[in-house]
Amino acid sequence: MDNVEILSRIQFAFTIAFHYIYPPLSIGLGVCLVIMEGLFLKTGNVVYEELTRFWVKIFALIFGIGVATGIVMEFEFGTNWAVYSRYVGDIFGSALAAEGIFAFALESGFLGILIFGWNRVSPRVHFLSTVLVALGSMFSALWIVVANSWQQTPAGYRIEGEGLKARAVVTNFWDMVFNPSSVERYSHVLIGAFLAGAFLVLSVSAWYILKGRFEDHSRKAFRIALWVAAVASLGQLFTGHQSAEVVTKYQPAKLAAMEGHFEKSAPADAWLFGWVDAEKQEVKGLKIPGGLSFLVHQDFTKPIPGLNSIPPENRPTAVNFVFQTYHLMVMIGMTLIGLSWLALFLLYRKKLFQTRWLMAVFVPSVLLPQIANQVGWYTAEVGRQPWVVYGHLRTSDALSQAVRAEHVLISLLLFTFIYVVLFGLFLYLLNKKIQHGPDTDLMTDENAPFSKRNPDLFEIH
Amino acid sequence: MDTVLGIDLPTWWFLLIGALISGYGILDGFDLGAGALHLFFRKEQSRRIVLNAIGPVWDGNEVWLIIGAGALFAAFPLVYGTILSAFYLPFMILLVAIIFRAISIEFRSKEPMAWWRTFWDVSYCLSSTLISLLFGLVLGNLIQGIPLDKDHQFVGRLRDFFNPYALLIAVTVLSLFMLHGAMYLAMKTEDRLYAKMTVLINQTSKFFILCFITASMATLIYVPHMEAIFHKHPVLFVFPVTAVLIVLNIRRMVEQRRYLRGFISSGVTTALLMVLFALGLYPNLVLSRTHPEGHISIYEAASTDQSLRTMLLFAAIGMPLVLTYTVFVFWTFRGKVKLEETSY
Repeated sequence: MDNVEILSRIQFAFTIAFHYIYPPLSIGLGVCLVIMEGLFLKTGNVVYEELTRFWVKIFALIFGIGVATGIVMEFEFGTNWAVYSRYVGDIFGSALAAEGIFAFALESGFLGILIFGWNRVSPRVHFLSTVLVALGSMFSALWIVVANSWQQTPAGYRIEGEGLKARAVVTNFWDMVFNPSSVERYSHVLIGAFLAGAFLVLSVSAWYILKGRFEDHSRKAFRIALWVAAVASLGQLFTGHQSAEVVTKYQPAKLAAMEGHFEKSAPADAWLFGWVDAEKQEVKGLKIPGGLSFLVHQDFTKPIPGLNSIPPENRPTAVNFVFQTYHLMVMIGMTLIGLSWLALFLLYRKKLFQTRWLMAVFVPSVLLPQIANQVGWYTAEVGRQPWVVYGHLRTSDALSQAVRAEHVLISLLLFTFIYVVLFGLFLYLLNKKIQHGPDTDLMTDENAPFSKRNPDLFEIH
Repeated sequence: MDTVLGIDLPTWWFLLIGALISGYGILDGFDLGAGALHLFFRKEQSRRIVLNAIGPVWDGNEVWLIIGAGALFAAFPLVYGTILSAFYLPFMILLVAIIFRAISIEFRSKEPMAWWRTFWDVSYCLSSTLISLLFGLVLGNLIQGIPLDKDHQFVGRLRDFFNPYALLIAVTVLSLFMLHGAMYLAMKTEDRLYAKMTVLINQTSKFFILCFITASMATLIYVPHMEAIFHKHPVLFVFPVTAVLIVLNIRRMVEQRRYLRGFISSGVTTALLMVLFALGLYPNLVLSRTHPEGHISIYEAASTDQSLRTMLLFAAIGMPLVLTYTVFVFWTFRGKVKLEETSY
C-alpha cells in the first residue's frame, strides 16, 4: 500500500466514523420528538411541550455537528477518491444528488422552524415541521444506504471502458436502487438509528429519575423511548438476520470473515466469542458447532464456503477485526433486547421507576447502540475489502492520481485536531444542557395559548 | 444524442449546475457576507441580532452547496474528481472553515463568558471570510484554466493557484458577498443598528464597485478566451451590458436606501456573473491552461443520457419543492429580528 492510499483510507474511515456518531442520534431523536409533540397536540399537556422543547435543543446541537461533518464526506469522494468518483458517478452520484434534493433540503429547511419557529407558526405547523425534519433525516439515510448497498451488491448496471477510463453506468434505475441488499441494509441501519436516539432519551431520563429531578417529565419521556427501544431492538434481530442472508448470498468472503471460517467447504461454526489467528487459520473461543450452517441453511451439517475458497487477492485481510466487530455488534444487540424488554416488563408490573439498579444501568446504556452502530459498519466496510465496488473496483485503484501524500497527511492532522476539539465541546455542551434540563417553571397557565403562557419568557435577555 | 425541449442533456445539466451554484451564491452569499462583517459590530446585543438574522436560514442556504456538489458529482463525475483532487488543500481548508463556521454559530451563545463569545465571534468572522475567498480563488483559477495534461490529469502545484488574477477574483467575491450580506442585515435590523448598516452598505458598495471594475479590466486583458464567445455571437453582449447596469443600479438603490431592491440587484449580479463565466466556458467545464486538448468538455465528462434524464426528472420534481420550503421559511421569519428565548 502506498502512503496516499493508507492515509486516504485512514482519513475516510476516521471522518466517516466521527460523522456517524450524529446522524443516527438525529434520526432516532426525530422519532421520539414526533411522538412527544404528537402527544402534546393530542393531550394539550404542557409537560409534553416542555419535553419537546428540551429535546429540540439537544436535537439542534446534534444535527448541527452532523451537517458540518457530513459535508466533509461528500467532498472527500472527489478530493481523495477521484478515480472512484468517475467510476461510480453515474450511479452513486445520482443517489447522492437525490439525497440532497429530496431529503437534505427538506430537513434543513424545516429545521429553522423546528428550533426558532415556536412563536412564529401555529402548533400544528410546528408539529408538521417536526415530522418533515424527522422524515427528511430518514430519506437522507435511505439514499446514502442505497448508494453504499450498490457498492456492496451492484445491480442494474454495466461496465463501460477499460483501465482508468472504466466506469459503471446505470442500465435500470430501479434495479440499481433496489439492489439485492438495499432494503435489508436500510432497515438495519434505520433501526440502529432508532435505538441510538431512544437510548439517549432513556439514559438522560433515567439519570433524572435517579436524581429525583423532573420526575413527571422523565417518566413520560422514558415510557416513550422505551416503547421505541423495545420494538426496535426486536426488529433489529430480524433485519440483522436478513442482512446476514444477503451477505451469505452475495459476499461469501465477508461472511466467512465474520465467523472466522477458513476451510474451503465444511460445516461452519457460530462463535459466541473468540479470537482469530489468521496465520494458523484457527479460532479460539466458545462456539456452537455447525451454528453458522444452521443459521444459513437450517442444517448443522451443510457446508459453507470458507475464506480458502476465495483467491487470496480477493479476501479481506483483517479477518480478526471483522470477526470481533461483528460479534460485538451481535452481543450488544442481544443486550439491548434484554434490557428494554426487562424494563417493559417492570413497567407493566408498575415497578420500573422504583428499580434503581436498572435505572443506573440505563444511564450508561446510551453508549451501547452507538458502539453497535459503529462496529456494525466496520464489519460491513472492512469485510468488503479489498473491493470498493464489490467484484469490480479495488480500493487501491480508486484513489485520486493528483493528490500527494504530504497533503493528505496535513488534512488528516487537521481533521484529527478539529474533531477531537469538536467532540470535547459537544460533550461539554450536551452535558450542560442535560444538567439544566427542561424549562418547567416557565409555562404555568395551561389555558393560555401555545407559547404565550408567559410573555416574560420571550423578552430579550 | 437525446434532447429535451431541443437542448441536449449535458447542456441541461451544465445550465442546472450553473443555476444551483448561482442559487448558492445568492443565498449562502448573504450569510457568508454577514459573517465577514460580524466583527464590525461591537456590542453584544448587536452581534446577537445580526447572528439571529441569519439564524433560521443559513443551514437551508448551505443545502444549495450540497445539492450543487451532488449534481456535479452525478452529472459530470470526471470534473468532480478532477477539480476536487486538483484543489485538494484549498478544499480541505474550505471544509475545515465550513465546520468552524457551523459550530461558531451554534456554540457562541451557549455560554455567557466574554472570552467564549469573542472567540466564536472571531472564528465565525474569519471562517466566513475564508470560505468566500476560497470559493473566489477556485473560481478565479477556473476562469483562467488550470494545468491539465492531455489525459485531463492535473499537473500543477499548489502555489500555482495563488496567482494575482485568482486573488483578485477572490477579493471580488468577498466584496460582493459583504455588500449582499450588509443589505440583508439592513432589512433585518432597526434603530441604531440599522443606521450603522447604512454606513456599512455605503462602504461595501464602493469597495465592491472598485473590485468589479478592476476584475472586469483584468479579465479583458489577461483572460482573452473568456471574451471569444462575444465576438462570435455579438448578441450575447446583452449579458455583460446588463451586468454593468445592474451594478450601477445597486449603487442607486444604496443611495436611495431601498435595500430590498439593492439586495435583489446584488443577487442578480451574482447570477449574471455566473452566466458570463458559463458563456466563456461552454461547451467546456474545465479549461486546461497548459494543453488545449486537455480541456474537459461537458460531453466528455457527462454521465450517461439515461442517468441525466432520470436526474432531470428528479430536478423537475425536487427543485420546485426546495424553492417552496425556501420561500416558506423566509416568509415565516420575515421582518426585523426580535431576540427570543430560543434565539442564538
